Amino acid sequence: MVAQNLIFGVIAVAMGIAAIRVVTTQNIVHAALYLVVVLAGVAAVYILLAAEFTAVVQILVYVGAILVLFLFGIMLTRAPIGRTSDLDNDQRWLALAVSLLLLGVLAGVLADAFDDTKLPADAAVQRSGEVGTSIFQVYVVPFEVISVLLLAALVGAVVIARRD
Amino acid sequence: MPLILGVDLSAYWATTLLKVLVVLGLIPAGAIILGYVFLLKMMSHMQSRLGPMEAGPHGSLQLVADGLKFIQKEDIFPERSDRFVFAAAPIVVLLSTFLLYIVIPAGPRLIVEDLDTGIFFALAVSSLSVLGILMAGWASANKYSLIGALRAAGQLIAYELPLILAVVGVVIQAGTMSLQGIVMAQAEGEIFGVGIIGNPFIFTQLIGFMLFLVAAQAELTQAPFDMPVAESELVAGFMTEYTGFRFLFFFMGEFGTAFAFSAIGATLFLGGWYVPGVEGTLADVLGPLVLGAKIMAVAFFIFWFRFSYPRLREDQLQAFAWKLLIPLALVNIAVTGVLKVAF
Repeated sequence: MVAQNLIFGVIAVAMGIAAIRVVTTQNIVHAALYLVVVLAGVAAVYILLAAEFTAVVQILVYVGAILVLFLFGIMLTRAPIGRTSDLDNDQRWLALAVSLLLLGVLAGVLADAFDDTKLPADAAVQRSGEVGTSIFQVYVVPFEVISVLLLAALVGAVVIARRD
Repeated sequence: MPLILGVDLSAYWATTLLKVLVVLGLIPAGAIILGYVFLLKMMSHMQSRLGPMEAGPHGSLQLVADGLKFIQKEDIFPERSDRFVFAAAPIVVLLSTFLLYIVIPAGPRLIVEDLDTGIFFALAVSSLSVLGILMAGWASANKYSLIGALRAAGQLIAYELPLILAVVGVVIQAGTMSLQGIVMAQAEGEIFGVGIIGNPFIFTQLIGFMLFLVAAQAELTQAPFDMPVAESELVAGFMTEYTGFRFLFFFMGEFGTAFAFSAIGATLFLGGWYVPGVEGTLADVLGPLVLGAKIMAVAFFIFWFRFSYPRLREDQLQAFAWKLLIPLALVNIAVTGVLKVAF
């Protein structure tokens, strides 16, 4: 467990620094690239928790698709190299308050739910088959509901995007 | 425990180091083999010319000489470039190639890590190269580079879908995503009750194999899908400003990924390293040779298409992916699913 804790510390520090840089950097493309570090760090934490399938999904969806679309969008519109001065606005204290509130709520919920339960020292790697079984048998109704929700959002986006 | 020079080779750090070194050697080796056999020689002979003949017998050391030349060149940054991102971009591309090799099996024990998510992992990390390409195009401070990077991103996202969907048929049939498991599923399969050569999925998943080849061609940005690096319009797209060893990184990334994708295609559809009737240590010796032969067969098709077809226009390229490949892949998945349940 020592090795896991050590690695978690390294990942957490890297993610923390990168997350702060996302909002403090003076270049919009750099902000997106720091976000890559944060989201890849999340995948690394999933691997530490032996959730292999979730980690791969995290990489494929967030790093491989969503952030690429972010960068694509930024570069198609306006992405100067170097510092830009108009990236900040006056809402930083409000944002800080909201972030602290969110941190408090999440920490409280997690502490309340798990109390002092420890992770098993020899957690077996989660098999993809088990994930499939729980999605398509145990949680099939919520899964379908979310699918319809996403489909609705997709159709909505298409309708808004094409005005003809 | 095996001891070499007093080092216990079964220790975790020793095996990991060994695996990293093997993969580090395999990427340039694969790139040089594909580059020499197909890019230099096959294309030349198909066009009734000799190609490079001076360096080594039949020009076989040409790419080694080219590599040495690239290493000696001056490391140039464009004046207005974003230096850090510019320097990091080729490394991101090469990292994606490097991670691909983790899950490819070359024998019963010759695999870096037999991940349960195998093929899914490979497709996920291969999508990381888009990030490096976008970084390269943007940081170069050159509009042609940026256009090339944007084209690459649009193309790679569009063709990632048919690539993943083409593989789903194989995964359904094998019942596992582990590449080692897919090899064994083909080895234990039977064709109409005859199990001598197993059941390579190319017979049952022919549509999947063709979709995989086309989508891989586009993912590798090989002609006819080479809009991102179209030299007549964009010089060399996102690679325009790169020289010396940084360009070499892109070259190794491109051909190293082509080698890895050929290996994945050979594993998914042609039976991988499996030799009928051979087991144990002998399979570990013969496996890499058999897999190598199959890799060359798949790569032959990729490069044959590359030299034969003219470049697609951007709208044709997108329409081809979204209107033909993806619906076809979905039908293939549905049919495979039905047949899997029926039999």
